[in-house]
Amino acid sequence: MSTADQAVAPGTSPVPRRRTGGKGAGQRQSVAGWLFVTPVLLVLGLFLVIPIFMALWVSFTNWTGRGSPFSSGVGLVGTDNYTALLTQEGLSRQDFMISLRNTFYYVIGVVPLQTMLAISLAVIVNQKFLKGRSFFRTSFYFPSVVSSVAISLVFLYLFTGTGAVNQFLGLFGIDGPTWFSDPRGLLHMIGGGLGLWSTQSPPGFLVDTQVMNLSLWEWLSGPSVAMSAIMLQVVWTTAGTFMLMFIAALQDLPSEVEEAAMVDGANAWQRFRNVTVPHLRPTILLVITLGVIGTWQVFDQMYVMTQGGPGKTTLTPAYLSYTAAFNQAQWGQGAAMAFLLFILIFVLTSFQRFVLRDKDVAKQKKAERAQRRATKKGATA
Amino acid sequence: MTRTIRTASLSIALTGALLLTACGGGGFTEDTGSSAPASASGPVELKMLIASSGDAETNAVKAAADAWAKKSGNTVTVTVASDMNQQLAQGFASGSPADVFYMDAGRFADYAKNGSLFAYADQLKDNSDFYESLRQTFTYEGKQYCAPKDFSTLALQINTDAWAKAGLTDSDIPKTWDDLASVAKKLTTDKQAGLGLGLGIDRVGAFVVQNGGWWLNDDATKATAATPQVEEALKYVQDNVKAGSFKFANQLDSGWGGEAFGTQKAAMTIEGNWIKGAVKNDYPALKYTTVELPEGPKGKGTLQFTQCWGISSDSKAQAQAVDLVTSLTSVEQQMAFADAFGVMPSRQSAADQYKAKFPEDAPFIAGGDYGHGPVNAPGMEQVVADLNSKLEGFAAANLPTVLESFDTNAGSVLGK
Repeated sequence: MSTADQAVAPGTSPVPRRRTGGKGAGQRQSVAGWLFVTPVLLVLGLFLVIPIFMALWVSFTNWTGRGSPFSSGVGLVGTDNYTALLTQEGLSRQDFMISLRNTFYYVIGVVPLQTMLAISLAVIVNQKFLKGRSFFRTSFYFPSVVSSVAISLVFLYLFTGTGAVNQFLGLFGIDGPTWFSDPRGLLHMIGGGLGLWSTQSPPGFLVDTQVMNLSLWEWLSGPSVAMSAIMLQVVWTTAGTFMLMFIAALQDLPSEVEEAAMVDGANAWQRFRNVTVPHLRPTILLVITLGVIGTWQVFDQMYVMTQGGPGKTTLTPAYLSYTAAFNQAQWGQGAAMAFLLFILIFVLTSFQRFVLRDKDVAKQKKAERAQRRATKKGATA
Repeated sequence: MTRTIRTASLSIALTGALLLTACGGGGFTEDTGSSAPASASGPVELKMLIASSGDAETNAVKAAADAWAKKSGNTVTVTVASDMNQQLAQGFASGSPADVFYMDAGRFADYAKNGSLFAYADQLKDNSDFYESLRQTFTYEGKQYCAPKDFSTLALQINTDAWAKAGLTDSDIPKTWDDLASVAKKLTTDKQAGLGLGLGIDRVGAFVVQNGGWWLNDDATKATAATPQVEEALKYVQDNVKAGSFKFANQLDSGWGGEAFGTQKAAMTIEGNWIKGAVKNDYPALKYTTVELPEGPKGKGTLQFTQCWGISSDSKAQAQAVDLVTSLTSVEQQMAFADAFGVMPSRQSAADQYKAKFPEDAPFIAGGDYGHGPVNAPGMEQVVADLNSKLEGFAAANLPTVLESFDTNAGSVLGK
């Protein structure tokens, strides 16, 4: 501020000089800002944004994998790759639908489990009188830090037919399945156990009705035993990350509110339901969104442990996209699958945001928008 | 509102500009493999990409490549791929793939179809010395593209301890399907299955060949899986699985037939040359012998697994690459590879030398005369994977339905 060297004549305003100084500093700040952000923009643009658009281009072509997909020899086939996956009766659509079914059960199993486990762990670890809090926090978070490939290999050995898990089950007299070779669906087995149907000879109308290349019986299979082993592993691995987010949110909850609830006579469960959970709502939304996105994109575990087997019950869209492109030389279809998965995740997370929105805030925003529109109309009228 | 439009259009323009910088580059003409090889002048540096089974193979290939390099005055850089499909695909997509690389018979047709391979087989002096079936495996649309580097076949491995314990002798070695079924039944106990099989058509396909059938017709234009020959062969295996004397690896909690055999969950197995190294490394106490597979109703049959030395059409030094491949497929070099990592030479003239040096491998090399290569039509990978997945629950599989769906799926792929 250069007000000191202004010989201000009475009646004249000293503002111009101050404005110049202010504008210079603002300009320098914005230049500095762009300078700091440019490297990241370049890296993201070159290695993320451009490949995504290139893949979008490939999904509309019949590129065979040789040379640049932008060369003149590559033919545009429009939406052929997408129709092969969605509307044309054939092997590609069957595989894609199988992968969607498998991942659907995977998401439904993993997201609630990992959210509830993360909340429970966070509440337990956040208690003030718990000894060794940081030890527990570290050990719960530890699986998230370890490489997913390493954990997958360990679990592969744990879940073999004579592995540690089956030996532990043997202590209770349970004959454990050969986890990663077992393609039987959980829903099929539970229904068979409850007497709803027989897995050897399923009801005719379920087997005969075909929806999108799969019979209803196959749609209702539930996750397979192999998929369930993978689900257990993933819940154990990712609960730690989300536990940290919940702990951070719980630190924000002032203890006076909890004490007030205690004074009012609420027991631990009522306090949890009516004080803690509503306070954690934005974090729950975040965790579920991240969970849904992460589970729909699952790839590592399938690539390392099962390669889509047994009987294609651990096939997921991400892994199918990879094998279609690299093993089966169907590059256009692989790219198309990736974008269909993107659209699916986008729709699901938008829907979830809508369902879990804060309804009071939404109502208020709506009222404000209506008011603004009314004043604008009144001004122009 | 206008500010949003302005920002949106600016970002679209920026992205478009970025995209255009990525576009361009000369188009690639469809090169079906000109007969005149590209020859770079002066000493060249060749890039070789291999998928190695272990240190023994890597060292053997590097030694052979260095020997040629010294003799010819060029240099060869050998790279071992951790994921062969992926790295090969990356090389071709970027336009600068390796000059020489392992080409698996199952993936060969896709690469031949999209023009990635340089057909040099007609330039080899003694191309007819390679086994006929191996040359057929690497032929696409009537043209042989590359020279097979080695091959393996399936044979029957028998656990000699279990054999003696069941009271069987040398005269009981199975020569027909009925023999095999009865011997497997005698060898089956509570803890051990008579015959342990790996999953997929790469094992049960041997029975199909023995019954005179195959998944595709001779020129790979039609699928022939839903034929009596194929169905009978698979039914033979299925009957024995239902009886409990044949068991698949997933029923024996094993990853492959060799593991079931080595851990003694099966008294016999059907595996290829690789089982020698696996048993030596992982199950050294196991005593076993190898015999030829029994004959089926239509005669002897087995499956061959092979890879060839692929040369890329984009290579700038194809003449030198052909020279390198010629030296790598000489009889002496193939015998050196056989010594180092247990594969069989693909030249018929080397068969006698091989049998003299490795008499216990006579059943494997005999398969060179009556074996059948893998399915090698373009685009069939997905169809075969689907068939394998449907055959995983072999005992309960509805064979006619499974084979018909294979024919339907293959039909939509083979026409293109």
